[in-house]
Amino acid sequence: MSAFDYDRVIATIGIAEPFAQGDVACAYGALLGGCDFFGGYPITPATEVAETMARLLPRTGGTPIQMEDEIASLAAVIGAAWTGRRPMTATSGPGFSLMQEGIGYACMTETPCVIVNVQRSGPSTGQPTEPAQGDMLQARWGTHGDHELIVLAPASVQECLDLTRKAFNLAEEYRTPVLVMTDGEVGHMRESVRLPSREECEIIERRPPSTGAADHLPFGAAPGTSPEMAGFGTGYHTYVTGLTHTEKGLPTTDDAAAHQSLVKRQCEKISGNVEDLTHVEHNLQEGAEVGLVSFGISGRSAAGAVRQLRGQGVKVSHLRLLTVFPFPERVVCEFAESLDRVIVPEMNLGQMCHVVREALEGSARVERVSKIGGEIITPDEICRAVVEGGDPVRCEYGAGG
Amino acid sequence: MRQEIRICGFGGQGIILAGVILGESATRAGLRAVQTQSYGPESRGGAARAEVIISDGEIDYPRVTKADIIVALSQPSFDKYAGDLAEGGVVIVDADLVDAEGARSQPFQSVAEEVGYKIVTNIVMLGYLGAFMDLVPADVFEATVLDNVPKGTEDLNRRALEAGRALFAKGGPA
Repeated sequence: MSAFDYDRVIATIGIAEPFAQGDVACAYGALLGGCDFFGGYPITPATEVAETMARLLPRTGGTPIQMEDEIASLAAVIGAAWTGRRPMTATSGPGFSLMQEGIGYACMTETPCVIVNVQRSGPSTGQPTEPAQGDMLQARWGTHGDHELIVLAPASVQECLDLTRKAFNLAEEYRTPVLVMTDGEVGHMRESVRLPSREECEIIERRPPSTGAADHLPFGAAPGTSPEMAGFGTGYHTYVTGLTHTEKGLPTTDDAAAHQSLVKRQCEKISGNVEDLTHVEHNLQEGAEVGLVSFGISGRSAAGAVRQLRGQGVKVSHLRLLTVFPFPERVVCEFAESLDRVIVPEMNLGQMCHVVREALEGSARVERVSKIGGEIITPDEICRAVVEGGDPVRCEYGAGG
Repeated sequence: MRQEIRICGFGGQGIILAGVILGESATRAGLRAVQTQSYGPESRGGAARAEVIISDGEIDYPRVTKADIIVALSQPSFDKYAGDLAEGGVVIVDADLVDAEGARSQPFQSVAEEVGYKIVTNIVMLGYLGAFMDLVPADVFEATVLDNVPKGTEDLNRRALEAGRALFAKGGPA
């Protein structure tokens, strides 16, 4: 383990304002977020994250390791976290599916870690080189059992850096896996990136035990909070299990009260802090009756559509979610208050539109612009939906994209 | 100002590298740029496409909608990707490889062979394209090229770039 050294990271990146790919920017963001362990397995279109970490991480004193598959990659990351590291892995659809068990284990053991998913077109091996946003609800619900976690969605190379960096602090603050859901378009896109200043690169450290070894409760915390964390090798007795456990960390699998208090606390430490975790971008227009709710790369298509529509005198508002989960329900509802219709453009056959519709509960009609096959949504496709109406959320799978 | 450029050819021709250099050179000249790419799973062959948006303001949608410039270095990629040209847009093709009516047809590949190797066809094309677009100072453009090619090939690439510029200066068939 090595302490975060801003100057060393900047020197290692070595370029003042790189014209870099989103994947590479995720790696830069990790280094600037204090990442000191990377465990991964190469997969298109996420391989450049692993390549960059393999090249740069040793020079900042960290450890990259290529594991035999994605199951082992996340297992290595979780183990590394328990030895005091700030770890990350990166993958795409097929690997993300394999990681679901590990994600649940990280939730149950409250292990801070960052997982980048550069989404590609699925299901299964699908279209490896083509982007998609088809893993959004898997990110939320892919692992079994009741759980909450933090899901972020960058729309640009700059946001790949900024949100990955931020993910490390959130992982430590909330003791949770944080998922950075980029996609093959943003991952392989190049833009110039501004490296954040030393002051911007605040590192939120893991909270070590405030009591002696005899009194430490590795899973004891007030409702809605996360416990202090003693890593392996620090002199504290720490038992880590995916089984339902007591505050001491010992398995207790037939005690309803213990299960309820553990799992509810774990969920509420995220859901109860939704306001602090909410990160959105508003672009409102007075008098608009139609609004777009977007995330990730489709947010750029939506921004293009807003520019075109306003140029033609059509009023439209736009809300882009950078934090997708916990879902910023209050903010979405307020956005929709004065709207008749809300359109959700996404590169899947309809995922986040269901979450938006559930939040709005009929207060505005929710429609979708869906597109699969590899091409990102064009501004024209969104403009058409705004003017002529989008597809209903309850979909019939037509012949179109 | 928003310039939309598409460069296409077959995998292995350095199409994406050409897009990267074009985009990066624009950012070094103080403009904004986004470079995107599409290609199949094969590392050689197949159709490759790089797109570059250059602007003096923020770039939202990162892809070409109506191309101001389309460059094609292979016939199949021209047939597939030369469709959505903006009004007044320009098509630039390799005279040796693409048959396209009304295009600026230039012998990039044979000039590259004269310079030394067919592999620098993309850099010859960039020399021509950079001079044609005239958005980035020549020295900035050259520095970007040299920073993006393998060490030890700088001289070859510098000559390729020069040869491409010379093609533009000469005019040739429009």
